[in-house]
Amino acid sequence: MKMMIRGGRVVDPAADRDGAFDVLIEDGRIAQIGRGLPVNGAEVIEIPGTWIVAPGLIDIHVHLREPGQEHKETIASGTASAVAGGFTAVACMPNTEPINDHAGITQFILKKAAEANLARVYPIGAVSRGSMGEQLAELGEQKAAGCIAFTDDGRPVATALLMRRALEYAGMLGAPIIDHCEDPSLKGDGVAHEGYYASALGLRGIPGTAESLMVERDVSLAELTGSHVHIAHMSARQSLRAVRSGKERGVQVTCEVAPHHFTLTDESLDGPVKYDTNLKMNPPLRERADRDAMLAGLADGTVDVIATDHAPHHADEKMVEFDRAPFGIVGLETAVPLVFDRLVHAGVITVRRAIELLSTNPARVMHLPGGTLADSGAADVTVIDPDRTITIDSAALRSRSKNTPFHGWTLRGASMLTIVGGRIAYAAPGVNLADRLLSR
Amino acid sequence: MTTHAQLPTAPVSRDVAPRLKSRHLLGIAGMDADDITLILDTAEAMKEVGKRAIKKVPTLRGRTVVNLFFEPSTRTRTSFEIAEKRLSADTLSIATATSSVSKGETLADTVRNLEAMSPDMIVMRHASSGAPHLLSRICRSAIINAGDGMHEHPTQALLDAFTIREHKHRLQGLKVAIIGDLLHSRVLRSNVLLLNTMGAELWLCGPATLLPAGLDRFGVRATTSIDEAVEGADVVMLLRIQQERMHGHFFPSVREYFTLFGMTDERLRRAKDDVIVMHPGPMNRGVEIDSSVADGPYSVILEQVANGVAVRMAVLYLLAGREGAEVQDV
Repeated sequence: MKMMIRGGRVVDPAADRDGAFDVLIEDGRIAQIGRGLPVNGAEVIEIPGTWIVAPGLIDIHVHLREPGQEHKETIASGTASAVAGGFTAVACMPNTEPINDHAGITQFILKKAAEANLARVYPIGAVSRGSMGEQLAELGEQKAAGCIAFTDDGRPVATALLMRRALEYAGMLGAPIIDHCEDPSLKGDGVAHEGYYASALGLRGIPGTAESLMVERDVSLAELTGSHVHIAHMSARQSLRAVRSGKERGVQVTCEVAPHHFTLTDESLDGPVKYDTNLKMNPPLRERADRDAMLAGLADGTVDVIATDHAPHHADEKMVEFDRAPFGIVGLETAVPLVFDRLVHAGVITVRRAIELLSTNPARVMHLPGGTLADSGAADVTVIDPDRTITIDSAALRSRSKNTPFHGWTLRGASMLTIVGGRIAYAAPGVNLADRLLSR
Repeated sequence: MTTHAQLPTAPVSRDVAPRLKSRHLLGIAGMDADDITLILDTAEAMKEVGKRAIKKVPTLRGRTVVNLFFEPSTRTRTSFEIAEKRLSADTLSIATATSSVSKGETLADTVRNLEAMSPDMIVMRHASSGAPHLLSRICRSAIINAGDGMHEHPTQALLDAFTIREHKHRLQGLKVAIIGDLLHSRVLRSNVLLLNTMGAELWLCGPATLLPAGLDRFGVRATTSIDEAVEGADVVMLLRIQQERMHGHFFPSVREYFTLFGMTDERLRRAKDDVIVMHPGPMNRGVEIDSSVADGPYSVILEQVANGVAVRMAVLYLLAGREGAEVQDV
């Protein structure tokens, strides 16, 4: 089957392409990109010239919850959420039940993802058995089964020695180690960023230094081993400084920032809804100086990737006292509107940089296919209307969980069409498609 | 102000009955000086009830108040119960050990079940900051916060203010030194909000490890020197030091805490001649306060407890009054 996306603005930073081009897709691959391409029997999707045709967006930090916590999310519901949010691929964290520390679980995840047949799913394996921080998991076998990276996410790689060995060993396999950076003793039983608002609200604090201390350890160990460490969901300005310093001296360190950390601050804990558990995540919403540092890092190139840390939790689990609620919010379906409204339209970054952060760099950092629309690559394409105004409605999310602090937010910018391997996985209302394209 | 003080003793028509701006008492946050003054003035009239031979008025007759205590409490729970009984409310008290919470029921479900039996007010003590705010979003009843985690303990701050006002006849301009575990204290947070709103000059003192982050935005002066805090103070308030805090590395030993921060007669000499010494209880004698100070001539600690009943009667009355309590019968 042939289809052509005609009339849009192709933005593909990896190919250094930004302009009005037609994209021809044939047999699931990008056949040709050019101006005034002949139709030759292709199904034509005609889009306005302001719409952006981007390489498929990739979210490298997602909790799909299956196996074990299917009441929060399944691989099917999570990937439905992904394609509705414009993501053609997601990398899923190993803190399932059981933990993905074994090739068998990796294979199970890939099987479920193939059955769902929506977004591509790249499993991330555990660094240590049971993520207990004691013994290395069988990284080689997990890699062979399909894991693209390793992490003990939800907690840090426990000791400097384990981190050193993991970096050396995974480096041998060509896979990065992703670290959830947090010094457990400084975090304690904290539930909010340590600062004025936590103090005023009587919430136990987690200082930014709890994160940056571990980032500094990891940067030093990446330097020692020559391996690649990727800092997950960075939130503190001190961490950004540590990453920047590592990059300046040539350490293989990359990092990601989640949309809530460049949009919200701890101030929102104080109202209008006080103690809203949908504002509880780890790392916590930090103070304005941290949020501004994340914006600066996104603009100046220090931050490599925007990743959502999509963390579904059932409404019952969140409908409890703040300090008893689980950490985390869903993010797949709000990321594109937040990036365009709060970064692109706000003048923080360009459209090209937005696509770099959401597609080009996630693919590069995790050594994934895609991240570009180069000829003959798999046809993973995301079409975005940067001017579409939408209002976030938590009840309408495809995710099985509705735990978002962005309910009711009106934002400009939305994904319109998500194509995975040449197949339309999601089309927003308002996209003109021939019926034939929608049948699966 | 003086009219409020007399209000409960005079027949009042419903439409001019004094009102608080909120239908709950979740904290001092959100209250203004008028609200605070109204409660303190009303408490003066309530205190008079406690001096009568028959300490009971029919004000809350037919009203049901549930005291829901998820944390151990003797003083506050008893104080609320006596206040409720003096106002003729029907009351029941639930402690965690006897509730469904121990069977895994959530707070929201526990309270929804209680609400199905139509209480008018719920007084709640809970270990989690913000728990009363959660309830206020799902309940019809008026919620009175009897202490939530490290957040607020509004009736304590009100009874503290009432006690200070009885002695000093004002709050404005007084130097109030609060000394102890500032980090974990809900009494502190409510007192800071109340005393700042009423124009007192606040000095907070404690070991550096127990000063909350962002203290510079609390509108207070902070010091680790107890002598500086006490110097010229009108009011010295000690906060309880939980002995377990040593295990969080907050201070090395109770002995050293007392040496550096314990309130002694000698230290108290730096305060004004007519200083009053307060403590919200429960006290640790020989930790944050020497017995000679606790039992000494400047101590008003037991007066605080006595005033607690009057202040809680005022709060109950004012919150119930929104729905038309029998004001004229007080």
